[in-house]
Amino acid sequence: MTTRASIRFLRNGQIVELTHVPPMRTVLDYLRLEEGSRGAKEGCNEGDCGACTVALGSLKNGKLVYEPVNACILLVGQLDGKELVTVDDLADAGTLHPVQQALVDTHGSQCGFCTPGFVMSLFTLYQQGGAPTRDEITTHIAGNLCRCTGYRPIIEAAQACCTGKAADRWAKGAKEAMRQLAGLEDGKDVFVGSAEGFIARPAQAATLARLAAGNPDATIVSGATDVGLWITKQMRVLPKIILTGGVKDLHAVESGNDRVTLGAAATYAEATAALSSIDADVAEVLRRLGSAQVRASGTVGGNIANGSPIGDTPPMLIALGATLTLRHGDSERSMALEDFFIAYGRQDRKPGELVWRIDVPKLKANEAFRAYKISKRFDQDISAVMAGFKFTLDGRTILSARIAFGGMAATPKRGALTEAALQGVFLDQSATWDAAIAALANDFQPISDMRASAAYRIEVAQGLLRKALMELAGAAGTRVLAHRKAVA
Amino acid sequence: MAVARRSIVTKTVGHTMAHDSAALHVQGSAAYIDDMREPEGLLHVYPGFAKDGALGNIKALDLSAVQSAPGVIAVLTARDVPGLNDCAPVFGGDPILADGRIMFHGQVIFAVIAGTREAARRAARLAKIEIAAETPAVTVEDALAAKTNDVGEPYQFLRRDPSKAIAAAKHSISESFRIGGQEHFYLEGQVSLAVPEEHGAVTVHCSTQHPSEVQHLVAHMLHIPAALVTVECRRMGGAFGGKESQAAQWACLSALAARLTGRPAKCRLDRDEDMMLTGKRHDFRVDYRAGFDAKGRVTAVDVDFLARCGYSADLSNAICDRTMFHADNAYFFPAARIATRRLRTDTVSNTAFRGFGGPQGMLFAERLMEAIAIRTGQDPLDVRKANLYGVKGSVTPYGMRVEDNIAPGIIAQLEKSSSYRARRKAIAAFNAKSPVLKKGLSLTPVKFGISFTLTHLNQAGALVHVYTDGSVHLNHGGTEMGQGLYTKVAQVVAEEFGIAASNVRITATTTGKVPNTSATAASSGADLNGMAAKAAASTIKNRLIDFAAKQWKAPKSRIRFEDGRVLIGNRAMPFGELARQAHVARISLSSTGYYATPKISWDRSKAKGRPFFYFAYGAACSEVTIDTLTGEMAVERVDILHDAGRSLNPGLDIGQVEGGFVQGMGWLTTEELVFDAQGRLRTHAPSTYKIPCASDVPADFRVKLFESKGNKEDTIYRSKAVGEPPLMLGISVWTAIFDAVASLKPGVIPQLDAPATPEAILRAVKGMRT
Repeated sequence: MTTRASIRFLRNGQIVELTHVPPMRTVLDYLRLEEGSRGAKEGCNEGDCGACTVALGSLKNGKLVYEPVNACILLVGQLDGKELVTVDDLADAGTLHPVQQALVDTHGSQCGFCTPGFVMSLFTLYQQGGAPTRDEITTHIAGNLCRCTGYRPIIEAAQACCTGKAADRWAKGAKEAMRQLAGLEDGKDVFVGSAEGFIARPAQAATLARLAAGNPDATIVSGATDVGLWITKQMRVLPKIILTGGVKDLHAVESGNDRVTLGAAATYAEATAALSSIDADVAEVLRRLGSAQVRASGTVGGNIANGSPIGDTPPMLIALGATLTLRHGDSERSMALEDFFIAYGRQDRKPGELVWRIDVPKLKANEAFRAYKISKRFDQDISAVMAGFKFTLDGRTILSARIAFGGMAATPKRGALTEAALQGVFLDQSATWDAAIAALANDFQPISDMRASAAYRIEVAQGLLRKALMELAGAAGTRVLAHRKAVA
Repeated sequence: MAVARRSIVTKTVGHTMAHDSAALHVQGSAAYIDDMREPEGLLHVYPGFAKDGALGNIKALDLSAVQSAPGVIAVLTARDVPGLNDCAPVFGGDPILADGRIMFHGQVIFAVIAGTREAARRAARLAKIEIAAETPAVTVEDALAAKTNDVGEPYQFLRRDPSKAIAAAKHSISESFRIGGQEHFYLEGQVSLAVPEEHGAVTVHCSTQHPSEVQHLVAHMLHIPAALVTVECRRMGGAFGGKESQAAQWACLSALAARLTGRPAKCRLDRDEDMMLTGKRHDFRVDYRAGFDAKGRVTAVDVDFLARCGYSADLSNAICDRTMFHADNAYFFPAARIATRRLRTDTVSNTAFRGFGGPQGMLFAERLMEAIAIRTGQDPLDVRKANLYGVKGSVTPYGMRVEDNIAPGIIAQLEKSSSYRARRKAIAAFNAKSPVLKKGLSLTPVKFGISFTLTHLNQAGALVHVYTDGSVHLNHGGTEMGQGLYTKVAQVVAEEFGIAASNVRITATTTGKVPNTSATAASSGADLNGMAAKAAASTIKNRLIDFAAKQWKAPKSRIRFEDGRVLIGNRAMPFGELARQAHVARISLSSTGYYATPKISWDRSKAKGRPFFYFAYGAACSEVTIDTLTGEMAVERVDILHDAGRSLNPGLDIGQVEGGFVQGMGWLTTEELVFDAQGRLRTHAPSTYKIPCASDVPADFRVKLFESKGNKEDTIYRSKAVGEPPLMLGISVWTAIFDAVASLKPGVIPQLDAPATPEAILRAVKGMRT
């Protein structure tokens, strides 16, 4: 038997095995309505406020890792092979967990509704076992909104309890949990339901490809950070769901000499180290992309596959010259990433075809890269404009450039006229920049929406190109978030 | 820590104590209404509305698909309401279920009752509704152009002849700017659970700041006496004014469903519907003229606040009044015309939000100070100081003398502790050398009037029982929304009995124990309910003293309650023992308590009186950096000094100050409500509406309570209200951004609107360069 007709996960030291799983069932509804645990709260039902945060434990490269996730947009099928920890589990016979006690001590709760989510985010930070900086803490809790406290006491709580090696019940029970999690890895293709309605989580790449090809009407789900909202907000009916996350190979992240290769199911969290090695700006965009919860679930592959014009990674990857590989059944094909995006909501992907792999070239010695994310709020916001620029230089002259934007057109898009106008620009003569900056207005005709007006988008895009050129020319003090200080 | 220089030694009051529910919050076991174990047979109610159309008659309403959807028990429309189909707080005009016509996009037309919430939500989307759509008035300009009927009469304060004074002034300014609204974004959405009782009664568990109003509205809707309706609330997951009048509709729908089906019914909104269907902070256009002298001293102000009220009055009249009450902030205007229009727009009805119109008035005053400084070339702080009450005058434009003015002292102390002058120099030097990034600095005061301006609302009741084991049951009319009211009132009662606060059992607010309450609003919670609870406890305590004096023949002066014991002459006994003996002697151990705020009076028709018992003060100094190529902005450092009188609980009060500041900062920076031309709100989820997150709060955040002898007025232990005033400390961030933009071109007043989003900042930057 290579198939299993159940979802299995670890919960409070016990294996839970579910044989009846409505495909669209979210973990939050499972907890609150089925299990009867009322600790995790529903604040927004779209993975943005973090009140429903729970921790997922899993084995990654032989280590037990706990990550925060938004239970409201996580499907029960995604729990397979994981350990699920909720706020209800933390106190031990009346003694509060260190993160809980720290939040009490610092007056970290007022109305208390967001608090369970913060507890679980801090729980995962605590498990990392270090003494995070204030910036690392605020980055880690960017996906948890609090409307009462102003965050200062919550940050202090994190500083008070995250001081070193974890020493709680989970740390002490890690060996046993790892044994149990290893036991759950049976290599079987999970298929719960019937041909008409199912949730499937294949373990084998071939099964995944075959299942997708054979069910072109099925919904392919990697992290569910987008599809989750189709369910909770659009209330779409998705009878057939195929999860990509069970295929180990698809999580592979390789960082070679000249390229980074990502499997389509690699989460942002899994891909961060390798992608960040390309450039500090990539690291900074990834730090600001979504939240810790979103980065633990969402994938670069999904960000590409759903074709959103405002996804954060495609403009960077296009500028870097990434190649996309798709798989349909047993056959693969590759293309330049920009060619995948045909029109709004239309990608060059056949029904049943899967985004399979992304190859991202690293920078050569004579190449410089810049990426900028413009949003109303720095952390955990969707971009109004996302820019990725790669310049090939000959000394102080630009030989060629790849200019890509999100939020400026119906798809992530390159600016051909701008790229042409950048050829031969001298970094030391800012008068030579103007034609290229002006060309952006001919390359892009953005729309006005709730994130920004068309006029602002054009103006900020031009400002960003100017900023990039200033930085290449050697200007300092060009960014409000002065992350460049650290790497300059 | 206790506040220094305390003249009365207190054991519980004045000391930091954790929020009474803190340990439950962190365990996820503090039960909100949706966490309560469901009563058997629970049904779910979900509202339905037209996907398109904001204004117009309902041409066709086809609910057949809704009715036949899986799990649906019944569908409610206006016809099903047995009594009054209106859930408006004061003036009427807010239908629970729209009858024949809708007046904003999202107005509830029907409600689905189903066995599960999901079934109800799904079914609610199946309605076929046709609206004979009319063009909605969405903006202030639309309302002015369409001459919509104002939701309330225009109103003004007038002192002398400002037009003449402006004409005679050495300098004058005339400009117009916009102030955006704000979504409450309480983390717990609107929710009510109604349980039918015998004799047609109903109990409603409702997340509301105003149980008494919900009780009355449910009773009117069901056409039953108020005594048959009980409304209860243990805690809210945040409210901020958004659960004052806005909780009633969902309570009414769940009560109606419970009445019609005979089964318990719950109504909980999804976040998007919550944001679309409930009111927000009012947005304004402010048109003003001002005259001033060479030293920046205001000689006259003539200001019109044009409020976008939405489709109905709701609380807009009182809110706009408070905008006027705070248009002076801490400054004396020798001549003034302060006027408001309460414009009707075909959008959701705007409502109470922390500060209740005051923040918008105050933002005007602070923008004025910045603008004057630009014109006179002074430091804005010097302009502020020159205009403070006490320098040239102490009577507000509404005729109230400012008797407790501590703003000058707070400002002076903060100016020093924040190194304002040195940083001003450093920032000027930075800006001179930095082509892309520009810094700004601003120190702004807050003076906020405490009391409901509708005088009769300033009353409260409490109920205290002492049991024969000495444990105490406390109930009062205030509601707990996270501010720590329950904790503070328990401290007051514990202090009275000389027992530990942990021996005071705090119980859910319910109309069945304390009736006819006011909303927990206007920052009044601890002032009013603390006093009422103290009165109740004191009544019982006096009975115990009388009993003990007689029983053990001790002089009353030698009876003291402390550390859980009662000292009676040379005798000492546990508090519980005295309670037991008093009970045996047939002494009542239960009492109500009542409080009505003294001294206040307000004659609105004459615009004269003393609407406020006192003022709460504070000041904040913020430093920001803006990016002139993108409009991005970061807050670098904030110093705050805030007046909580003699704080009842410094730990909780610091929490109110910090949280209020951040909420105010959010209102003026990242939080932007976008309505489209069809009147549809486009920012109805946290993905598109951005409240501050942790990294928006500066690492350098120095917050202190102002040390003083306490409130000049005789409030509960000389404390001051602290719920709303700190929100307006956030104004310093906006004025600092204004200052940063102003650095681009000396002498030119930036055209910066609120909120100062990156786009708004870049627009203002561009304006300075053309």
